[in-house]
Amino acid sequence: MKPAPFEYVRPASVAEAVAAVASDENAKLIAGGQSLVPLMAMRLARPTLLVDVNDLGLDGVDATVDTVRIGACTRHRRLERDPAIARAAPLLREAAGLIGYPAIRTRGTIGGSLAHADPVAELPAVLVAAGGSVIVRSSRGTREIAAADLFTGFLETTLARDEIIEEVRLPAAGPRHGSAFCEWAPREGDFAFAGIAVTLERDPDGRCVVLGAAACGVGSVPVDCSEWLGGTLGEPTASAALVAEVARVVRAGVGGDGDRAELSGLLAARAVYRAFARSAHPGEAAA
Amino acid sequence: MKQTVKLNVNDDAAEVEVEPRETLLDVLREQLGLTGAHAGCEQGACGACTVMLDGEVTRSCLIFAVQCESKRITTIEHFGSPGALHSMMESFRRHHGLQCGFCTPAMVLTAIALLEESPHPSEPEVRTALAGNLCRCTGYAGIVDAVLDVAERPE
Repeated sequence: MKPAPFEYVRPASVAEAVAAVASDENAKLIAGGQSLVPLMAMRLARPTLLVDVNDLGLDGVDATVDTVRIGACTRHRRLERDPAIARAAPLLREAAGLIGYPAIRTRGTIGGSLAHADPVAELPAVLVAAGGSVIVRSSRGTREIAAADLFTGFLETTLARDEIIEEVRLPAAGPRHGSAFCEWAPREGDFAFAGIAVTLERDPDGRCVVLGAAACGVGSVPVDCSEWLGGTLGEPTASAALVAEVARVVRAGVGGDGDRAELSGLLAARAVYRAFARSAHPGEAAA
Repeated sequence: MKQTVKLNVNDDAAEVEVEPRETLLDVLREQLGLTGAHAGCEQGACGACTVMLDGEVTRSCLIFAVQCESKRITTIEHFGSPGALHSMMESFRRHHGLQCGFCTPAMVLTAIALLEESPHPSEPEVRTALAGNLCRCTGYAGIVDAVLDVAERPE
């Protein structure tokens, strides 16, 4: 359980970090290290150079009416507690509180979780459900990658080897917004068997309009469930049949292995129900 | 190549020469003689290595010592000693919150951190805060009782 030898640098600017990671084809960025260091301890990962991104000034939260911008090095603990996140990105707040244990969340970062792209992790599913994006930088410049274009497979993304995530962007929750993240894990804080993120709005007639939904733990990437749930659902709190329908379509959509598909359906029904109930109380969405 | 790292450990300045691959846990135990943080799984699952980093609970097996330049590290040794137990240690003893003792230093430290942040937690809050610290002996009941007992005392 000891990592193989490596060199370590701690650059003070994004430009230096980009140059450092480009200098060694076995270089790896380290932010919180809560996924990378276990892989190194088991020697499943053997980077020859670690580029520490903790001093690049990439932490912080900035929420406007339309967009929430979160520095890539912002730790899960802050996502759980920052009032701007609670107000403008309650889905992210709820999901962050489900990541590992408190001692993991004090170190782990949003950018690290997205770049690691573990398909059972919460935050990639949040990014997909919310229709967010990441801003990434390399020596070639800066580009924005939409959530739908970021995740390509188990621990794989469209990030180039020398690109650094600088910022994560999510649409800000509006006044009729409701969201929920529901998951099931065999032990509290352990990896979830399955989880689902749902974001929706209550339309002027009081009906439920699903904006986005994505599941973790059921595929090699976060599985976008938005189309299965499709648009307007009516009022799930008033209709057991509708909740059952949510469970049915998500179960059918996930398909394959019976238990996991059934679990996904049940979690989707619970998430839609909770998210809709929360949409009635703007400002108290994360209660 | 070894690098020099300056740390503040339990309010004392420390300077260590480390290989980048040495974790904070390795350095605490092998260079600084602080063996209260235990090496259990060394992959972040068991919690036996928990310390405070700038006041926040952290897995010392999941951070390299070179990353801790100028950081404030607080280990279980800061909180008490065999002749002068911290109230949380005393409560663990009274409530049979330990048997073999392997998980105990990190369990006590995590409980102290919880009460610093939330002085009067509910039982579910205590269980959630301690969820990342595995104990294979006690079944947790005595541990939870010990923490709640300290939390319920008048300040």
